[in-house]
Amino acid sequence: MDILVYGTVNSVTFALIALGFTLVYGVSRIPNFAHGSIYVLVGFLTYSFINDLTLNYPLAVFISLIIASIIGLIIYRFILIRLRGLPASEIIASFAVGLIILEGLRLQGIGGFKGFIGPFYMLPNFIEGKVCILGVFVNYQRLIIIGAGLAMIVGMSIFTHYTKLGLSLRAIAQDEHAAMMLGVNSDRTAMISMSIGSALAGLAAVTILPLGNITPEMGYHVLIYALAICIIGGLGSWWGAVFASFLLGFSMKLSTALFGAMWESVVLVGTIIFILLVKPSGLLGKQKEFEERV
Amino acid sequence: MVDETRRKKRLDRSIKVRTEGLYALSSWTEMLYLILPRALLIVGLLTLPLLLDMYWQRVLCAAGIYALLALGFDLLAEYVGLVCLGGAFFIGSGGYISGLLNAHLGWSALFCIPIATLGGAIFSTLVLIPALRLRGIYFAIISFMFPMFARYIIIALSIFGGTEGISALGTLPNVWTEIYLILVVVIIALFAIRRLVNEDIGLILRGIKDNDQAVKASGINITSYKIKAVFIASLLGSFGGAYLSHLYGWLGISLFAMDFSILPIAASVMGGMGTLAGPVLGAFALTPLSEALRGFGQLRVVIYCFILIGFIVYKPEGLLNYFQRKYHQFELWETV
Repeated sequence: MDILVYGTVNSVTFALIALGFTLVYGVSRIPNFAHGSIYVLVGFLTYSFINDLTLNYPLAVFISLIIASIIGLIIYRFILIRLRGLPASEIIASFAVGLIILEGLRLQGIGGFKGFIGPFYMLPNFIEGKVCILGVFVNYQRLIIIGAGLAMIVGMSIFTHYTKLGLSLRAIAQDEHAAMMLGVNSDRTAMISMSIGSALAGLAAVTILPLGNITPEMGYHVLIYALAICIIGGLGSWWGAVFASFLLGFSMKLSTALFGAMWESVVLVGTIIFILLVKPSGLLGKQKEFEERV
Repeated sequence: MVDETRRKKRLDRSIKVRTEGLYALSSWTEMLYLILPRALLIVGLLTLPLLLDMYWQRVLCAAGIYALLALGFDLLAEYVGLVCLGGAFFIGSGGYISGLLNAHLGWSALFCIPIATLGGAIFSTLVLIPALRLRGIYFAIISFMFPMFARYIIIALSIFGGTEGISALGTLPNVWTEIYLILVVVIIALFAIRRLVNEDIGLILRGIKDNDQAVKASGINITSYKIKAVFIASLLGSFGGAYLSHLYGWLGISLFAMDFSILPIAASVMGGMGTLAGPVLGAFALTPLSEALRGFGQLRVVIYCFILIGFIVYKPEGLLNYFQRKYHQFELWETV
């Protein structure tokens, strides 16, 4: 029972983390390797707004989300736009931006800025308290994660399939030139996609982070999980991404229960490597299935 | 739109054309023109240690290791089309094999390094073989995960010293052996690979990069060529790792650290991808730079990334291509 409940929470957490990245990379093919950094940055900003500027919680969250989407816009407008069509450079450049944000957060005392000093950065829960489900105590925050995760997955799935903007996002991923001929402004669409993706990363951050401390190292883990889930699930496939996060979430919980906490990371990385080797186009991916492998 | 009335025109220098064929041997000027850049590199690298103090000599050794990795990365990325982010895996397998042989069997460092170079290369090639079917970003991610996986396994099983690592390994006889061993290896590797990519095998590898289906259709087994290329690259990396573990007399999971995967890429981007000599120069420029910035603490990484982004966005050809152009060509403005 324990495994079932916490495995589900874990899986939805993974899905939330991967959502923004799946939108940006999986759907419109822009590798935003600064995803993890934006996740941490939003957590940090929200924390600072609440504690240093004493804003109230919803307002702080709102402002940090806006900042996140502006950062996404800036990354695309000033850096990635010059590198379109060069996948390796896109990856390296956006990863470098991510490193700048993450390592910049550790800086101390430059212009009165104070970065991460100790391991005591926590966001408050939305609602305190816990409830008993199937004989296991779960606090409300975890339930909120599940609810928010499912709502966002369904919402994004509808957004990319039934709205004009969502369809144009998918169009530039499939064939940029054809999309441009049909009147899709590919740069503007990509810019919007980056900013929505960054805002989603931020949303995941404010939902998940109340469960633990905020540390800069999380940025790297979040990026790797997001990347792995996006690719394992198959590019451009929402249900694939959900499936992949459940696979990873449960394999992680099961391995902890069976072998102990030491093996958690081994099993996680091992699963990712194994699936990528066996089926690189992802479990449910249809897009560009033949181009990915020899 | 600005009305352009003049444009830049580039022409090859006449001496470049004259030195292309066998006739280069006809005069000293032409021969000097050909030899100068190469001699500058070799002599520069070999005299550098004489001018430096103890601390910077160590930095130079580390730069040599990064240069080998960058060379391997450039070979794989630009000539085979495999963007390998797992440089740390080569370093780790070479370093661990050499260190373990030294610690458990007591063999001397000079004997362990060659064995570990070969052993580490064979091991990492075997591990990477299943991944060779993938291409592009998929190969990049898989190769990025192997070092992580190795690190987690070592921690979980707590084998090979676990998180603590093994210390007090045998070191090389003296400081001059240490420096010149790595510098000579870097120079030999650089010129050997430059020669290799102009041979038939280099042609096939470049074909695989550009259009693997066409190469396959010509009846060439592309996997076996990819294996050869990966083997060469991992040979360089494993030597670097084996050397590293004896340089510091210590091995641990930080041999699988991300630095060994990221810095060579930055060096390649800065030096100029695909030039082979560029990444080597880039590594020798970047490693001392990052040492000099050590005083800034975390700001180091930030500055470092700004340099990287600056090069990618504003000078994607890299330094060496730029200098090569200045050396071989002259520019003039002509009116339109």
